[in-house]
Amino acid sequence: MELKEKIIGKSLLLIALSSVMILGLITFFIFEQGIPLISKVGPLNFILGERWVPSKGEFGIFPMIVSSFWVTAGALALGIPLGLACTIFLAEWSPPSFAMVLRPAIHLLAAIPSVIYGFWGLVILVPLVRDRLGGPGLSILSGSLILGFMTLPTIISISEDSLKALPPTYKQGALALGATHWQTIWRVLIPAARSGIVASIILGMGRAVGETMAMIMILGNAVQMPSSFLDSARTLTTNIGIEMGYASGDHRQALFATGIVLFLIIMGLNSLAIFLSRRRMGS
Amino acid sequence: MITTRVRHLTQRIAKVLVWTAALSTIGVMILILFQVLREGIPVLSSHFLLDSPESMGRSGGILPTIVGTFALTAVALFFAAPLGVGTAIYLKEYTRESRISRVIRFGTDCLAGVPSIIFGLFGFVFFVIYLNLGWSILSGGLTLAAMILPTIISTAEEAVKAIPISYREVSYSLGGTKWQTVTRVILPSAFPGIFTGIILSVGRSIGETAAVILTAGSSLLMPTSLFSPVRTMSVHFYILAREGISMEMAYGTGAALIILVLLVNTIAQWLINRYIRQRT
Repeated sequence: MELKEKIIGKSLLLIALSSVMILGLITFFIFEQGIPLISKVGPLNFILGERWVPSKGEFGIFPMIVSSFWVTAGALALGIPLGLACTIFLAEWSPPSFAMVLRPAIHLLAAIPSVIYGFWGLVILVPLVRDRLGGPGLSILSGSLILGFMTLPTIISISEDSLKALPPTYKQGALALGATHWQTIWRVLIPAARSGIVASIILGMGRAVGETMAMIMILGNAVQMPSSFLDSARTLTTNIGIEMGYASGDHRQALFATGIVLFLIIMGLNSLAIFLSRRRMGS
Repeated sequence: MITTRVRHLTQRIAKVLVWTAALSTIGVMILILFQVLREGIPVLSSHFLLDSPESMGRSGGILPTIVGTFALTAVALFFAAPLGVGTAIYLKEYTRESRISRVIRFGTDCLAGVPSIIFGLFGFVFFVIYLNLGWSILSGGLTLAAMILPTIISTAEEAVKAIPISYREVSYSLGGTKWQTVTRVILPSAFPGIFTGIILSVGRSIGETAAVILTAGSSLLMPTSLFSPVRTMSVHFYILAREGISMEMAYGTGAALIILVLLVNTIAQWLINRYIRQRT
């Protein structure tokens, strides 16, 4: 009986380590595939190189890093205000009956496959941008708008949790001192929930940096340094997604190397978000 | 007096803005779903759902992609559900907060944030090439299993955590061992919560494209074994739309995909609501 319990305990530990092992395997295999090319081209040439011509053995991903940054910044410019507004609405202002509709709707927003967003962007948004604002339509602006929407569920659900975790005395105290409801929200509740809200934004950022399929459909995929939000662009993720289907040899390794850069950015963002939310729980 | 008026004016403006934001969020979502469903639903027919595609999907139906979607999801759950629930049981019943549990939690949180294209790259080198499983249901399913594991772990952990401590005390006082307590008391009471997590993961598996296209392939043939390459509905939809093969078929596949995801999500939502009501 003792022995049986012990074996069960150990096997469960082994099972529990599976997610760590998977993370380890992912790291190992991505690096194992990508590192040889990075050392062949040179890390600086790879990251800061501006030319990507796989057929000539030129692998520079700087335009893609910059494009990823632009698209993500654009997405956050829409996602942060809209996400915060929805959070405030859900946590403080919504009539309960309306929150009953809005909350499942936001869960649903997270469940809609990214190819559906991409498709909608392609058939509705892209022509709209092209006709109204000029340019090819397949652009950073179109991508950012869709992506901003896709980050909403992450931003809203985590920042709502951190608003709800505040002790009710904060709100009561502020209202008792004569602050309006809005002053209470803006000057007391939001600052108090700051680290959770920032964590939600960082996770939303991770989501935006990592999105692939929708961006392939909307961004236009031209390898170039963006100079305006109406330009087409290719990001780190879309570079992998487009070319992985037919790449081989050095070219394939270069895509894994692109994956390494993406992976490091995401891990940095994740660790920051985890650190921030731990601090919240600690205080 | 003026400041009071200004404060109330500010509040009124803020209120209008916040309402506008909330309503436009719902509005855009309805717009997206409505657009695809309006164009796609007329395409749906028994012929479309039960026939094989012809000439690269230009005509015919989508049956193999439906079978592929379900096969991949089933394989993913087969691996991820026991691992995820086991992890949750270990974290909540077999260990206190310790260094090892912190490492596990950190690993799970990080895994949850890894983008699907990275899972795709990993699945491609590890399952397709290194383990030599080829582009197959098995490779795709295993890759999806790695992706949905964090969701299953966190929902199962919540469900196990919610069980009152008295349940465990009663079981132990009756002479039950730890394992008996887990299998006879904890798991049955946590089942609704665990099941909800599984349904949510099904939704994610159905919609996944980037990881699947690199690991399961894009064959349009009806799969015959776990080692057959398949194309899921999401991948089919993506290829039809991106390569401009047929807008009509793309809308049809998109509508079928949305209806499936809506269905799965509604079931999950219904379960969550029922579960919350039961506990209160």
